[in-house]
Amino acid sequence: MAKYLLLKHYRGAPESVNHVPMEKWTQEEITAHIQYMNDFAARLEETGEYVDSQALAPGGTFVRYDGEGRPPVTDGPFAETKDLIAGWMVIDVDSYERALALAGELSAAPGAGGRPIHEWLELRPFLGESPTVTE
Amino acid sequence: MDEALLRSLTPSVIGILVRRGADFAAAEDAVQDALVEAVRAWPADEPRDPKGWLVTVAWRKFLDATRSDTARRRREDLVDEEPPPGPATAVDDTLQLYFLCAHPSLTPSAAVALTLRAVGGLTTRQIARAYLVPEATMAQRISRAKRTVSGVRLDRSGDVATVLRVLYLVFNEGYSGDIDLAAEAIRLTRQLAAAIDHPEVAGLLALMLLHHARRASRTTPDGGLVPLAEQDRSRWDTAAIAEGIGILQEALARDRLGEFQAQAAVAALHADAPTAAETDWVQIVEWYDELVRLTDSPVVRLNRAVAVGEADGPRAGLTALKEVDETVPRHAAVAAYLHERDGDLTTAARLYAEAAHQASNRAERDHLTRQAARLNTARP
Repeated sequence: MAKYLLLKHYRGAPESVNHVPMEKWTQEEITAHIQYMNDFAARLEETGEYVDSQALAPGGTFVRYDGEGRPPVTDGPFAETKDLIAGWMVIDVDSYERALALAGELSAAPGAGGRPIHEWLELRPFLGESPTVTE
Repeated sequence: MDEALLRSLTPSVIGILVRRGADFAAAEDAVQDALVEAVRAWPADEPRDPKGWLVTVAWRKFLDATRSDTARRRREDLVDEEPPPGPATAVDDTLQLYFLCAHPSLTPSAAVALTLRAVGGLTTRQIARAYLVPEATMAQRISRAKRTVSGVRLDRSGDVATVLRVLYLVFNEGYSGDIDLAAEAIRLTRQLAAAIDHPEVAGLLALMLLHHARRASRTTPDGGLVPLAEQDRSRWDTAAIAEGIGILQEALARDRLGEFQAQAAVAALHADAPTAAETDWVQIVEWYDELVRLTDSPVVRLNRAVAVGEADGPRAGLTALKEVDETVPRHAAVAAYLHERDGDLTTAARLYAEAAHQASNRAERDHLTRQAARLNTARP
């Protein structure tokens, strides 16, 4: 029983095999892709492994503290920032192998031509909240 | 109202419904409904026979559910031949439920969830909160688990080892949300020990009590880890330690040693030492030798290397560590500790930092980072 984050990148991941961008797909291809993602999430709910999924807008702002009594400084977005997160799914599974298998399945979502995108997803284990009894 | 009493009745009430002809999944649902009603009704009017009350209400819930399920004929058959709460079968109801909920066809997470609900009497929401997943996810996990074991008959004994593994998993989850899973695991193991006479059940109960006794001293108020050697021993729960040691001694006397008894023996030796310096590390190494023989687990070998380091000095510990696969979790942390004891602070600091990167939980990562920082900032 461990939680994993499946991270989807707008930018920063190695290029996928079927890398035609979504705005060049047909309507049917887009529909098929969204359907695949929804089905995937529904199936995980059904197996009791689903925790959360969210999508992020591509535009973001960097913010930092600028000293007592001053408003925070904002900047960006920085075009040169290598990594841009598109969204994530959190799963709660019995093993690392299961997490790998699910990530592989999600990466097979159909893209242009109805063929799998083979998108690179980043799989990250959560740090647990509490230590086990081992001292 | 005594909620612990209420929950302790859960497995036997499910068992009675199953013997009256309900299938396990429906019986379990009906008893959950009855528990909810009990929480509502009992504070104003607590029944004289709580178990009888639960059986009556749960059976009515079951019939209602069956009626609305269009299985009309089946219900009528059941009502016609409704038997009195019959003679006990060869294996106690509660015990059978433990076996069913830890059935080998279930994944560990499914077995844990089903055990907490059907044996522990917790609600799906409580279990979901304890494991930090949405309630809908936990509900699905439980109903799938029920489907998986739906064909299993509740009439014979299963493997105690699988039940113990499930209870140990629950115990290890510790405390999150509003349910204290460690305390719940102790309650369920105690109940199991009352239902079956088995030295490893006693061993696990002793192990849990001995670990739990040190809980208050194991973390700082802000959640930081306190290593065993630095714990305030006056905060250890001496009653729990005495109980754990008593249970363990009785189990060991039966001369059927197992993994949990040996682990409990190590915990007992720690609990017995008035100060860290007075710990009997030589005996602890001997118990780890037994554990290596029993389990041949790399984690046990790693712990053994720590004990050897204390008993025979850090060099001996590092030699013992050479036999342990480096990919075993916490290998770097142990290596760091032994190198520090040996006076090689540079290597120790590097290894503590490495161990922090490999830690699987926040408290451990923060603790190891502090150890690395302590050495890095202390050096000239």
